This record gives sequence, structure tokens and C-alpha cells, in this order.
Amino acid sequence: MRGQASTKTIFAFLGPAVLGLALVGIAPLLYAAWTSLHFFNLTKLKRVEFIGLENYWSVLTDEVFWQAMGRTFFLLCTALPLQLAFGLGIALVLHKPGLTILKTLARLSLVLPMATTYAVVGLLGQVMFNQKFGVMNQLLGGANINWIGDSTNAFAMIIFWDVWQWTPFVALVLLAGLTMVPGEVEEAARLETKSWWTILRYVQLPFLLPGLVAVLILRTADTLKLFDMVFTLTRGGPGAATEFISVMIQRVGFRAFDQGLASAQAIILLIITIVLARIYIRSFYKEV
Amino acid sequence: MNTSRSLASQIVLLAIIIAICVFPFYWMVTTSLKTQIVALEAPPVWIFEPTLSNYREALFEDGVLRTLINSLVIAVSTTLLALLLGVPAAFALARFEFRGKKDLWFWFITNRMVSPIVLALPFFLIARNLGMLDKHVTLILIYLTFNLPIVIWIVTDQFRGIPYDLDEAARLEGASQFTIMRKICLPLAMPGVAVSAIFSFIFSWNELMFGLILTRTEAKTAPAMAVSFMEGYNLPYGKIMATSTLIVIPVLIFALIASKQLVRGLTMGAVK
Repeated sequence: MRGQASTKTIFAFLGPAVLGLALVGIAPLLYAAWTSLHFFNLTKLKRVEFIGLENYWSVLTDEVFWQAMGRTFFLLCTALPLQLAFGLGIALVLHKPGLTILKTLARLSLVLPMATTYAVVGLLGQVMFNQKFGVMNQLLGGANINWIGDSTNAFAMIIFWDVWQWTPFVALVLLAGLTMVPGEVEEAARLETKSWWTILRYVQLPFLLPGLVAVLILRTADTLKLFDMVFTLTRGGPGAATEFISVMIQRVGFRAFDQGLASAQAIILLIITIVLARIYIRSFYKEV
Repeated sequence: MNTSRSLASQIVLLAIIIAICVFPFYWMVTTSLKTQIVALEAPPVWIFEPTLSNYREALFEDGVLRTLINSLVIAVSTTLLALLLGVPAAFALARFEFRGKKDLWFWFITNRMVSPIVLALPFFLIARNLGMLDKHVTLILIYLTFNLPIVIWIVTDQFRGIPYDLDEAARLEGASQFTIMRKICLPLAMPGVAVSAIFSFIFSWNELMFGLILTRTEAKTAPAMAVSFMEGYNLPYGKIMATSTLIVIPVLIFALIASKQLVRGLTMGAVK
């Protein structure tokens, strides 16, 4: 029945897309792999030379690289629990019946942070968290906090904006899970117990699990990707306090001009991403 | 008594959620209407005389208008290209059986997750060698790395929802696969095509890193332009917020239109 098509037909439909994506998505990676095996500095292009795995060795023994990795995972481990907690709270409030108009309004306003240009989030951060004329210090009752110039505060500020932008995503994913719970099951449970925790744990959680797994993997990948917002807000500073992995690779490649070393770092990042993608596929697309 | 109190607390919670989501936009727009002197007042003022001078200066004196046009041209072209290549591929994935389907799928998802810096490094060197830095077409092609997978995924899903009997009937009439796609399935798949186009547009319009690294003046995108205001000591905050407002407004409109599909799109269909 289905799938009666000659190889020629399949190629005609699929060929252009695969070819196009290979051209922009794979060829550059091969070039990056080649670069990573060379001494390749943009300011010393006369002496590009093959150095084997030396760049990889430098990366793996480089404190700066591991610190950036550690910082990235520290951000994930602080922002994600907040996003999950707030997201679950919002989802539970929106899931309750009644107040339809206000809830529709809330759901629409949740869309706004997610869609905001990441670079603009960083620019907004610059304006709102400025020590002197920023509205954040004013809202905190005339506090005089130096957000951008202090390591700890700058990190907290990045967490704040990451949570602002992505809590709505978590909330909408979990809300989608909550609406999958069959109405009669939930009603029967509510007759049995008044404890929202019992209902959450035994009735709703099984339906939330796939969404939670998706959030976990995608937030991990997105934190490894994080660049635009940090670049416009702190450029990785002060010092290296907010230099996450993608920001650091950009600095090595385009501000320190060491393309060879940066390519080795990028390839290592790519390998981590491929492992994550594999887990994602295993969890969600069993019968593609 | 108890229910009215829980209703009141719900209203308060919802109001807080809405306020937190919307406040930064309110602040962005009001700051964009302040003169530099008002914008630098400490503590910040909430009531002032609004002016459009930031928009006028940014758009017509600093060239933000041209970068917005660049962004528009690039985002629309890359979206059309992604649809042109992606729709037939989606049809094949939905209708034909062949080896390597799973691997293709894996490749698409990986593209969704890989950091753009991984591609930006080699792209910069390749574009420089080919003399393609600061050209619109370079960004149009590069944005395919994330647009094509999203188009293929959403449209495949849409094609799968169309009953196969329709194909069968058309084939008995002697229609080719291409005719079946174009005349029968594509009109029915239009909602999915539209949503994937919106996603593709939003992602391309929002992109900063490639725009920053691969353009200078001619093809400079609006986000890259906003960043270039951040040089120097006396930052023009009103102008930066005016540019930001101009960048964000079209995205928010599109996102609200596609709001029901947003989560599905962002999770590549893992969450319905």
C-alpha cells in the first residue's frame, strides 16, 4: 500500500533538501574538523600547520575550558529548578477551571517572553539592571546593587533573565501534560482527597513525565547554546564570571583569533550535543 | 467564603504572572520614548513627556531602517527557500517508506540542538575565502540549518494527518506523486505550512550570532545593529530601546498568531 515509490521518485522529493542541508550543515563541520587539527590563527595565517590532536589536548587540559563548562552546568542547575518550580505553579493555576478570560490573557502573555529576540533580552537587562538609573534597583526599594560589574550579581542577573524567558515554556509544556489527564480520572481523585500534592503525585505526574524529559534535554541543549543574551548583557564579564561555553568559544575564535583551538572546542561541544540529541530521539520518536 | 478567597488568590496570582511577563516590554517601550536626559535620570522616572525622536534618529540617521529591511529580506527569503526544499521532503517522509528515514530524523533533531558557534567558526572561514562575507545570500543559506528541519518536521506531521485514501483515488486516475502532493495534499496541509513559515521567520529574524560574525555593513541585520549601539561610554539607551522595540514587535505579533503551536514547534513535536 503505502510507500510504493521508486528510488527515483524518493530522490526527486528528498534530494534537494538533503543536499541543501548537507551543504550548509555538514560540509562546514568537516572544515571545522580539519581546522581543529591545525595551528590556525587569524592573525598568523602565513603559518597554518598540521599539529594533529594537539588542539584537543590543549582543550582537555585547559582550565578555562572546564571552568566555562562548569559555569554552564551551574547555570543549568540553578535556573532549571526555578523554571520547573515556577512553571509547575503557573501550569497548576492555569489548569484550574473558571476565570476563562483572565487565564486566556495569562496564557497569551506567557508567549511573549519566549518569542522575544534573545539579543533584545540582553539589551533590556542592560537598561533595567543599571546600577544608577535601572528600574530594578528602584523596585527593590532604592537599592544600590551593582548588577553588571559584580561577578555574583552578574551571574544572578543572567539566571533572572533565563528564568524570565523560559519559565513560560516550561509552564506551557506542563500545562499540555495536565490537559492530557482524563477528566473523569481527575474528578474521581478529587472526590477521594483534597490534597493537591497527592493528586499531583499519583494522578497527574505520569502525564507530566514526557514533558519533563523534553524540558530537561532541551534546556540542557539550549544552555550549551546560550550566546545572544549573554553577549549583549555582559559579554561574558566581569572577568570571566558569565563566560558560558558558547560565549567562550566565540571569544577564542573571534576575539583571540585562535580558530584551531576554537574549532577543537566546538567539535567537543558538538559531540556532547549529539549524545543529547540521541537521548532525545530515544525518548520521543520510537516509531518514526 | 473559602471558595471566594481561593478565587481572589487566583486572580492575584494570574495578575502577577501577567505583570511579570509584560513589564519588561512596558519598560522597553517607555524608555524608547524618553530623551537621553530623561532616560539617564536616577532614580528612573515613570511619568514624562514622550517623544518619538529616538525612532526618527535610529531609523533615518543611524541606518536602522536599512538593517530592518535586510533582516526582512533575509528572513523572508530563507523561509521561502526552506519551504521550497522542505515541503517535498516532508511529503516523502510522510508517504514513502525507505531506508535511512530514522537517520534523517536524527540529523534534523541534532540541527535543532547544536550550538550555532559550532557552525559559525567554519562558516566565517569559508565565507571569507569565497568572498561571501557581508552578503545577504550567505545568511539566507546558513539559516537553512535551523529552518529546514523545523519546516520538514511540522509539514511531515501535517501530511501524515491527511487520509491516504485521497492519494489512492488520485493515483487510480493516473496522477503522478508530484501532482498528488501539489493538487491534493498541499492545499489540505496549508495550516501546517503557514505555522512552519511563521517559525522559520521568527528564528531567522531573532538570530544574532551569524549576523554578528558574517556581516559588516551591507547585509547587517537588525539585532547586530542594536548590538553595535553598545560601543563606547555614553550609551544611547533610548535609541537602543527604540531599535529593540522595532525588532521585537513583528515577532510578538507572529508568535501570538502561532501561540497554540509554539510549544509543539519548540519541542519538535515531542509535546503536543
